[in-house]
Order: sequence, then C-alpha cells, then structure tokens
Amino acid sequence: MTIASLFTPSIITITVSVVLIAITRVFYILCQSGKPLYPSKSPKPLSTLIVLGSGGHTAEMINVLNVLLLKDRFCPRFYVAAGTDNMSLQKAHLLEENVFNLNEGPQVVLCNGPGTCVPLCVIAFLFKVVGVRWSSVFYVESIARVRKLSLSGLLLYKLRIADQFFVQWPQLQRKYPRAHYVGCLM
Amino acid sequence: MGDAGDCVKQEKKVVFVTVGTTLFNALVRAVDTNGVKQELLRKGYTHLVIQMGRGSYNPTKCNGEEGSLAVDYFTFSPSIADHLRSASLVISHAGSGSIFETLQLGKPLIVVVNEDLMDNHQSELAEELAERKHLYCAHPQTLHQTISDMNVDSLLPYPSGDATPVAKLINTFLGFPDD
Repeated sequence: MTIASLFTPSIITITVSVVLIAITRVFYILCQSGKPLYPSKSPKPLSTLIVLGSGGHTAEMINVLNVLLLKDRFCPRFYVAAGTDNMSLQKAHLLEENVFNLNEGPQVVLCNGPGTCVPLCVIAFLFKVVGVRWSSVFYVESIARVRKLSLSGLLLYKLRIADQFFVQWPQLQRKYPRAHYVGCLM
Repeated sequence: MGDAGDCVKQEKKVVFVTVGTTLFNALVRAVDTNGVKQELLRKGYTHLVIQMGRGSYNPTKCNGEEGSLAVDYFTFSPSIADHLRSASLVISHAGSGSIFETLQLGKPLIVVVNEDLMDNHQSELAEELAERKHLYCAHPQTLHQTISDMNVDSLLPYPSGDATPVAKLINTFLGFPDD
C-alpha cells in the first residue's frame, strides 16, 4: 500500500509526460507535413515507394510516372501492388528494369487509391513521428471520384497524412479545400 | 445515321460490348434483347460483339443473315484494344479503364451502370462525362431508349488528360528545380 502510494504519482507523472511528448511530437509532425521540403538548389535523388492499385488506378499512376521519371530524381524506386492485382506489376516492369531492396523507409510515397496504401502511408507517418525517416506522401484521388472522396482518400485527407493531396475534378476540390486540382490525369 | 429500311447492303458496323473483368449479366442480357438489337439495326449497325467476362448468361449467337444483326461473344481476350479500335459504337460497363480507353480512341460510347454493385461510385464518373457530352449514360433497362435517342455526332471529343501539372507540383514540393 505505502510502496504503491509512493510510486503511483511518479508512474502517473511519467505516463502523462510520455503521452504529452508523444502528442507534441505528433502535432509537430502534422505541422511540418504539407510544408515543402529542402529549398536547396540541387537536392539528391529520393528513394520512392509507389503503390499500385488495379486497372484504372494503375493507368492513372503510369501517366504520372511517365512525366515524373523523366529525370533521375526519384530513385531507387519500389513498387507495391494490391494482392489481387497481377497486371499492375507487369505494367510497372515495362517501365522499370531494376528492383531494389527497401531497408530504411522511402523518402517519397506516391499512391492513388487502393486500400493497401493507407497502412503504408500510416507507417510512413509513424516513421516521421519516431524520427526514423522523413518522408513526403503524395496522394492522387482517382478520376472516378467526382463528388465524393474514396475511403482511402478521405482517411489520408482528414488525418493529414498526405503532404500533397490531388483531386481530378474541380467540384471535389471545392469540397476539400486543402486538395489541389490541376486537371485530369486521363 | 441511316433511317429504318436503308440498312440492307452496307459496310460492316460493329457494336462492341465490354464488361471488363466484372460480372455484369444484366448488361449482357440487355444487349441480347430484341428491343436493343432492333434499335441497333435501325441505327445501321450490322454486328454485335459481346465480351461477357465472368457472366453466366450466354447470349444467342447469330450469323446475321436476312438483315438481322450478327451476334458473337467471348469471355475474355488479350486484344480488347483491337476490338475497341474496330468498333463503330462501344457499350461498356462503368469502369474508368474501359471508359477512358474508349474515349481516347474517339469512339462513340454508351456506359451502362451496374446497379447491382454495392459501392456504386462508378456511376459518378459516367454521369459527369455524360453531362459534359463525352458519352451516353444508361441503365440496363433504359439501354434501348438511349440507343434510340442517341445522336453519336453530337458527342464531344474527350481532351486527353495531362499529368505534367501534378508532376510539377510534386517536384516543387520536394525542392527540385523547375525545368
């Protein structure tokens, strides 16, 4: 009883301070997320994780990659595809010749909709909170979403996990003002 | 388009129906009805090719003699693009892949929305593009009416999308210099 009463306040203090530090850290990360990175003149190439979905999603992502990969800025690159999808990785192989190992978390995450991207983006976010790896998450909502975001999109938007969030219809941007609308991918 | 009666001896005009990898018996059944086939004939189409996917409903094949519509079907094919290219009209499920592949080939398109899908967000895209006059949007029950009312010459070409602005914003965000 006496020992417990002696220790209880300090345990509570420790717990409270740990929780406070964690909350402060999460808020700090949330504030830093969405801000442009390194304003230096010649940044190094960034390791990039690309999350592929199915059919239409992959076609949209390939369109982004075709423009984005013109320069050697996003390498090495890692591809993840949804379990049910076997065509997407084949299409990615048409674009890529090499496969690398991802060992310390990507610096850039590109995704556009399949449910699989949410846990990956959350992990990337936790890496930031813990301080393992700073990454920038880019999410492009599918062109099929005209009036409402997909569940994945809504989660990444509301939780502010995506650093830059793109939609492909102006009416959707009006509904979600932090999103960018710069035309369609298809 | 040709009116009724003047479609006896004329060039081959193919209607290609595609359900992609989905299960969409209602569409296959709808295009196999006499109502739809008669409308297609009236509009001057001569052939109906159906990609029926995983569906269990087999349409009735027909070799198109005596002025009837020639009907053929298959489940899957690696050369969907060739079928789209040789078609004069495409009737498709509402998947964005099929929709944009068809629009980018500049083919007249009727998108049929699958009402049996639980999360039917796909109708959003078809309705938006129909509002912008890039395609016609129909339901399995209203397909014959859509075909009868449509005027494919009034459809507007779909301008291809461009990923450059998205890539530019990503590059700027990451601190890569502008080109």
